[in-house]
Amino acid sequence: MSNDVDYKEITHKGLWGNNAALVQLLGLCPLLAVSSTVVNALGLGLATLIVLVISNSVVSLIRRQVSDAVRLPAFVMIIASAVTCTELLMKAFTYELYLILGIFIPLIVTNCAVLGRADAFASKNKLLPAAVDGFMMGLGFMLVLIAVGAVRELLGTGHLFADMHLIFGETARSWQLNVFGASFPNVIFALLPPGAFIVVGFLIAGKNVIDAKLKARADAVKAQTTKGSKRVRTTGSVA
Amino acid sequence: MLGQSISKNSLLLAAFALATAGTLALTNLGTKDRIAAAERAAQQRALFEIIPLPSHDNDLLNDVIPVPQSAQELLNVGSEASIYRARRNGEITALIVPARAPDGYSGDIDMIVGVNRDGSVAGVRIIRHKETPGLGDKIDLKKHQWILSFDGKSLQVPFVEEWKVKKDGGVFDQFAGATITPRAVVGQVKRVLEFVAANQQALFNDPLLTPTEQSSTKQSSTKQSSDTGKDHE
Repeated sequence: MSNDVDYKEITHKGLWGNNAALVQLLGLCPLLAVSSTVVNALGLGLATLIVLVISNSVVSLIRRQVSDAVRLPAFVMIIASAVTCTELLMKAFTYELYLILGIFIPLIVTNCAVLGRADAFASKNKLLPAAVDGFMMGLGFMLVLIAVGAVRELLGTGHLFADMHLIFGETARSWQLNVFGASFPNVIFALLPPGAFIVVGFLIAGKNVIDAKLKARADAVKAQTTKGSKRVRTTGSVA
Repeated sequence: MLGQSISKNSLLLAAFALATAGTLALTNLGTKDRIAAAERAAQQRALFEIIPLPSHDNDLLNDVIPVPQSAQELLNVGSEASIYRARRNGEITALIVPARAPDGYSGDIDMIVGVNRDGSVAGVRIIRHKETPGLGDKIDLKKHQWILSFDGKSLQVPFVEEWKVKKDGGVFDQFAGATITPRAVVGQVKRVLEFVAANQQALFNDPLLTPTEQSSTKQSSTKQSSDTGKDHE
């Protein structure tokens, strides 16, 4: 790796181009299971983000000491202890949220996105880029989780941001937005597992549409600049 | 050559295991007290909802007795479950009994049932369930007020035969699209009341404790409560 690391590239890849949930389709199990409300999604997203930053940083720090043969057990050990520490911290500071997320906190160990980043990126890069990569990958995963959670909560219950006090303390109790009012017929389907699959499917489809549009626009711009540059050359040769 | 690399790698992994175990031990030490406090607070919140502070003056969390062996099958709880006792001026005014309905729509429904001395329900709260969101999960007070409809009811009012959901000819509402869940909860609350009624004397007539006895009971019950704390994890 060269010295000049392209952080813009890392950011773009983590949030969009190589998004853990929408492009790599990693960590779908927790994504689908706990995204029934925004607060659950945010809780698991934050936990995953913290684990990714810690595991990427530590893996990057020890990348020269660990031989190829034992690198995977070593990485798994690092990830597992990062997860357990996060779990203990959540239990200590956001106990009720910990009860809701339950088994999905320890299951972050099995989220392939975490081991994937450790092996594919952190083990080949310096500390800072590795940490930034972990942060951006985690952020990308968390944003997708929140998006899915928001759609499902809105359709399934008619309101948004319920129970936010589980993370942000008592002042957040009033953050709940009753978007559709009491007469809204709750689409229970959105809260059930099939609803989660369909929402994620639509998100992936939406991303592909946007990517296609962006590509078309980039092609058009390229075509234009080629034309323009020709004219410049012509006038230049005349003068 | 091979042996050398094996021993080198295993030493490396052992060092890793030690380092990660050390980190975990430190984190555990740092958060242990806070976690215990949070667990206690969560437990207490549920109990206080059923029996609010003004109506009892004892340390509810530490005044516990184990569920009698004979009743464990009826209540469908393990030997680690305990009954909490609310006292006023030393006299037991209400009990909080844990129970588990085995016949929910998707698995067990864990609940606690508060029973007053006169046999009426002080309150019911669902602790854990896996019922369908939007249908069966209305038994949770966060979603619906239904669970409050038990308050004040006893085996005399309404009659025992009416401890059913309306669809089965009883007095309790079912939900649109979900009958199995409320049926399971009603049935289990009824069983708790029957258990308390059958053991009225033994459960409520705890001899009034003198101050010295009280402090010694407190010590032993503190130990019990730390045991239940573990079960809660």
